[in-house]
Amino acid sequence: MTGLRYGISDTLVLAKRSLLRIPRQPDLLVGFTVQPILFVLLFVYVFGGAVGLALPPGLTYVDFLIPGIIVQSIVFGGFVTALGLADDLKKGLIDRFRSLPMTRSALLTGRTLGDVVTNSFQLVVMFSVGLLIGFNFSSSVGEVVAGILLLLLIGYAFSWVFAFIGLSSSSPEAANAFGFTILFPITFVSSAFVPVDTMPSWLQPIAEHNPFTYMVNAARALFLGIPAENNVWLALAWTLGIIAVFAPLSAWKYRRVVAQ
Amino acid sequence: MQTAPAVETSALRKSYGNVHALRGVDLHVESGSVFGLLGPNGAGKTTAVRILTTLLLPDEGSARVAGFDVVRDAAKVREHIGLAGQYAAVDENLTGFENLEMVGKLYHLGRGQPAARARELLASFDLSDAADRLVRTYSGGMRRRLDLAAALVARPPVLFLDEPTTGLDIRSRIELWNAIEALVSGGTTVLLTTQVLDEADRLADRIAVIDQGLVIAEGTPAELKSQVGGERLDIHLCDEQRGEEAVVALASIASDRPFLEDGSVRVPVAERRGTIADAVRQLDDAGIAIDDISVSTPTLDDVFLKLTGHAAEHEGEEAEAQAR
Repeated sequence: MTGLRYGISDTLVLAKRSLLRIPRQPDLLVGFTVQPILFVLLFVYVFGGAVGLALPPGLTYVDFLIPGIIVQSIVFGGFVTALGLADDLKKGLIDRFRSLPMTRSALLTGRTLGDVVTNSFQLVVMFSVGLLIGFNFSSSVGEVVAGILLLLLIGYAFSWVFAFIGLSSSSPEAANAFGFTILFPITFVSSAFVPVDTMPSWLQPIAEHNPFTYMVNAARALFLGIPAENNVWLALAWTLGIIAVFAPLSAWKYRRVVAQ
Repeated sequence: MQTAPAVETSALRKSYGNVHALRGVDLHVESGSVFGLLGPNGAGKTTAVRILTTLLLPDEGSARVAGFDVVRDAAKVREHIGLAGQYAAVDENLTGFENLEMVGKLYHLGRGQPAARARELLASFDLSDAADRLVRTYSGGMRRRLDLAAALVARPPVLFLDEPTTGLDIRSRIELWNAIEALVSGGTTVLLTTQVLDEADRLADRIAVIDQGLVIAEGTPAELKSQVGGERLDIHLCDEQRGEEAVVALASIASDRPFLEDGSVRVPVAERRGTIADAVRQLDDAGIAIDDISVSTPTLDDVFLKLTGHAAEHEGEEAEAQAR
């Protein structure tokens, strides 16, 4: 029992450390506030007119976009973990932590838990902006809550993906390049920003089966009351699958990296 | 004082691929002493410290720290050690106080203890004024002091300092030396690695000289120095032409044959006490006038050169750096 109690308190101590980093690094703070707001405004006011024409009648681009862009932001919210871990490795802080009688896994669980908090903050910022420019929830309170929980779970899953990227990168800069060249395009070839049926026919099957599409469609279903089909379950299955793969993979990578 | 050694290793080996960082290292560090591990870059010092602090598993051999096996009882070892220096570090995005408080919490000190201990350490390392500043605004010397403070949060009985003053200017270096000396007087066992011979000479009770993964000499600083020939009288004569006569006259007081070098007579002596007077008397009897006379003590630089065949700090292999 003592082990579990220490495991929890160590995780909380390190989650707090991870969170304190954000307000103190102006670039991260901008990444979590100004950048998502800017993207929402750019997409709505620049692409909204054109894309809106391709949407089913009765659906505005703001309503269509907000769930999509929130999924994308939340996926990248875990980036703090990748940057933080790569930085800790580079500066030798990991050695200090590993020489302490703390729970060793707390280094990873603390960071990923910290991400849940920053992701919650992101959700508040983005929903607020959305509501200001005309977004409306058109589903039950229960569905909205379920949607928010699903988003946080998605964010948590990608924290583990980013933990793996951070541990596999030689520097924070490399982690940055790696994350953005691989993940960024994948989030675009999905239903996040445009309806999939406007894409070339060869790209449509890829976009339709992109897990991001399931996640975005699930968020739309839960926030807008659009029929969910299997999207919520598929999104949940993918999310849990990603955690099941990347949490152990990150733990394994961590043990390998530090043993050198 | 405990009788069990604070650190004991037996035939410790570690390789990174083809690079043999440690090739069978035996160390024995008495409780309450300062032990210096001296060697050039890539000699295996950092690898040894990483194994002793449970950061790295040895390939072969065994090591005990504070009585616990570093492999089987790694968690116990971590409760009894502190690590600072080259690779241990502090978080730049936290304040000095937050860094120490966090470390205290991760050592599982009781409620309220981490904050109290943090304040106490900040005060004793002269960092109270900077306690609430982010560490990224600290100077190099301040960071190292904070790093050392972080290693001391839980009052560990065994402290590992891996090249604690590397990269510091001479003033910060002396400040850190003073801090380490103060610690030792409190009974902490310190294992310190260094490439700086003065540092080992000044701080360590015993020194192991390590080169290419092997301990090539061990002893007190005085013992190591005596291996190079002990102390020596350097005598400059008024008339350099009479050097050979002086060599003959001084043979009876020398521990080894006197010789001529740079216009001076060099006389190896076993015992410093009384030898100057003896030398003056001998030369006076022989009617040879002395211009100047002095006693020179060999430095650890001399020891290093003699033991390894190469000077310290210059020809260090980058094995460890490459392996990382």
